Amino acid sequence: MNSEGVLHRIRRSEAANGLALISPPAIYAVLLLAAPLGLLFVYSFLTDGYLTILWEFTPQNYIDAWTDPLVRTVMLRSLWVAMLVTMVTVALAFPVAYFVSFHVKPSRKSMWLFLITIPFWTSYLIRVFLWKVILGFNGVVNSGLIGLGIIDEPLTFILYNVNSVVITLAHAYAPFAILPIFVALEKIDRSLLEAGQDLGESRMMTFWRVTLPLAMPGVIASVLIVFIPTIGDYVTPQLLGGPEGRMVANLIQLQYLRLDNYPAGSAIAISAMLMVTAISLVFLFLNRRFLRGPK
Amino acid sequence: MTTSAPPLSKVSEAERAARKPLIELENIQKYYGDYHALRGITATIRQGEFFSLLGPSGCGKTTLLRTIAGFEDVSSGVLRIDGRSMDGVPANRRPTNMVFQSYAIFPHLTVEQNVGFGLRRDPRSRADKDRAVQEALEMVGLKGYGKRAAHAMSGGQRQRVALARALILKPKVLLLDEPLSALDKKMREQMQVELIKLQRQVGITFILVTHDQEEALVMSDRIAVMFEGQIAQLDDPETLYRLPRSRQVADFIGTMNFLPATIATTTVDGFDVEVAGLGNCHIAARQSPGAATGEVSVGFRPETLTLLYEGQTATDRESPGVIEEVVYYGDMTYYDVRLDGVAAPVRLSMRNVFGRPVLDRGTRTRVAWSPGALVLFR
Repeated sequence: MNSEGVLHRIRRSEAANGLALISPPAIYAVLLLAAPLGLLFVYSFLTDGYLTILWEFTPQNYIDAWTDPLVRTVMLRSLWVAMLVTMVTVALAFPVAYFVSFHVKPSRKSMWLFLITIPFWTSYLIRVFLWKVILGFNGVVNSGLIGLGIIDEPLTFILYNVNSVVITLAHAYAPFAILPIFVALEKIDRSLLEAGQDLGESRMMTFWRVTLPLAMPGVIASVLIVFIPTIGDYVTPQLLGGPEGRMVANLIQLQYLRLDNYPAGSAIAISAMLMVTAISLVFLFLNRRFLRGPK
Repeated sequence: MTTSAPPLSKVSEAERAARKPLIELENIQKYYGDYHALRGITATIRQGEFFSLLGPSGCGKTTLLRTIAGFEDVSSGVLRIDGRSMDGVPANRRPTNMVFQSYAIFPHLTVEQNVGFGLRRDPRSRADKDRAVQEALEMVGLKGYGKRAAHAMSGGQRQRVALARALILKPKVLLLDEPLSALDKKMREQMQVELIKLQRQVGITFILVTHDQEEALVMSDRIAVMFEGQIAQLDDPETLYRLPRSRQVADFIGTMNFLPATIATTTVDGFDVEVAGLGNCHIAARQSPGAATGEVSVGFRPETLTLLYEGQTATDRESPGVIEEVVYYGDMTYYDVRLDGVAAPVRLSMRNVFGRPVLDRGTRTRVAWSPGALVLFR
């Protein structure tokens, strides 16, 4: 059998067909996801030689990242801010999702969901700037409160610190949190709630014992969807965080672009990713418990 | 009626009458906007009774059940359970429990947790409650299934879980919303018998909603037949079947033949009637659900007619006709017979006892009947 025949056979095999079919997304994924990650991983073990990178493998970057008090402070702050944003967002999203699912006529539900996506009609960056206008020293909140005579001088604790970051991110991610919870609530068979009441529980207790556990997969999805991007958010802390509101992405940017220390930046980035992975795994594990339901 | 298990021994008339009323419905009205769902329901359901609400879909039977459960409030009228008005009493405070059509088994809980759901505020110790759950599971034949995830149970098993979950709370009334409609025929017939036995065993009043007349006849002590938000007739199964009070009820329950008739004279104890195809006969007053004059119709069940074979004679009356259609069912044969002088055929049923041949279409025959089996309708 000559080589042409073999080639022909390979080209005609099912495996080759399959590979050809998936190759565009596979190449896309490798080039845009795996390759940069791999590069980041390699960088994180190299040595910084100021403006150059020395090909000397060392774990020193990680030792620095995990012992430097500055990195630790920023890392913990990122965690804390992301947790706060997640809690605020999910806590506010749940009642909205509940209302739309349980108290809006079925024919109006899609309109409500459409309205909920309105914040997305404007660019994220512009929304962040708008919050600056709203929360600023002479902003809408302060001039409004002064005009009403509630306060005498502008509030300063609402801009250029963690608070403003939390407010802005909570607003930005609200629709992301509402939709998974809404979907989970929609899937609940309404006769289950009647059964809860029929078996002697009040509406409140039925909510607690039936609705909430059945909505948990949606809640956990919301938590992950909000938590993972917020912990690495760059724009909002950069523009609204002030010096006390800087988060890990700002630190990485500083290492890369200001200090030109790619290895240190990479080590911090990889460390942050490991942290997110660890926390996500906890939630995924929790979700498995709640996902024991039908199919 | 040919394939179901025979009804278990029914409660005697005297015993039934002695039972005290448990649920009293007085002129219950229910509107959904302009839609008048319940149009003045008045009925009394007695302690320990197996009561059925029977009717076509949209007749208001489920609405009435949900009203008793407390999921719908009445627009007007009074609902009393055990002498206490249920006005403003929410579902969770009513002495009723429900088996939902979808069973409404909590998918996130195990079988045990489902059955024990309503025991949270029960003051008994945990061990006692656990024992009660096991007993309830045993009662419905699910012993040993307690640790299973509820969503892993089959349709019939879910229904048993739903029953155990409701009965463990010892309600005064158990409400069953078409509980057997999702099961296959064999399973349904088995569950009918089990439900009757269970009801005898626990002595709780059962109210069953069904659109299946056979199911209602097999299971109930009394049946309320509903049409368009009203009770058309409330009687025990036998009366309902033998003496339906309107053509609508007669049509809904079993098969009934109708023949046009004219009342010749009204006598003290009934009517002298000229029935098409059957001739003159006397129908007693109790076989006529209301006063009637002039043009009426006469109804009779297929099994009250008998096909006469060569050489046989009727014990009472007989009329000639031609067999137009033969439907063989195994244990029974249904014949459509066109009586002389009548356009539409009447249906009659014959048991296929040993040695009795099935007759062919087109056979000239005679049909034996008795005026005592006729019902007069306006």
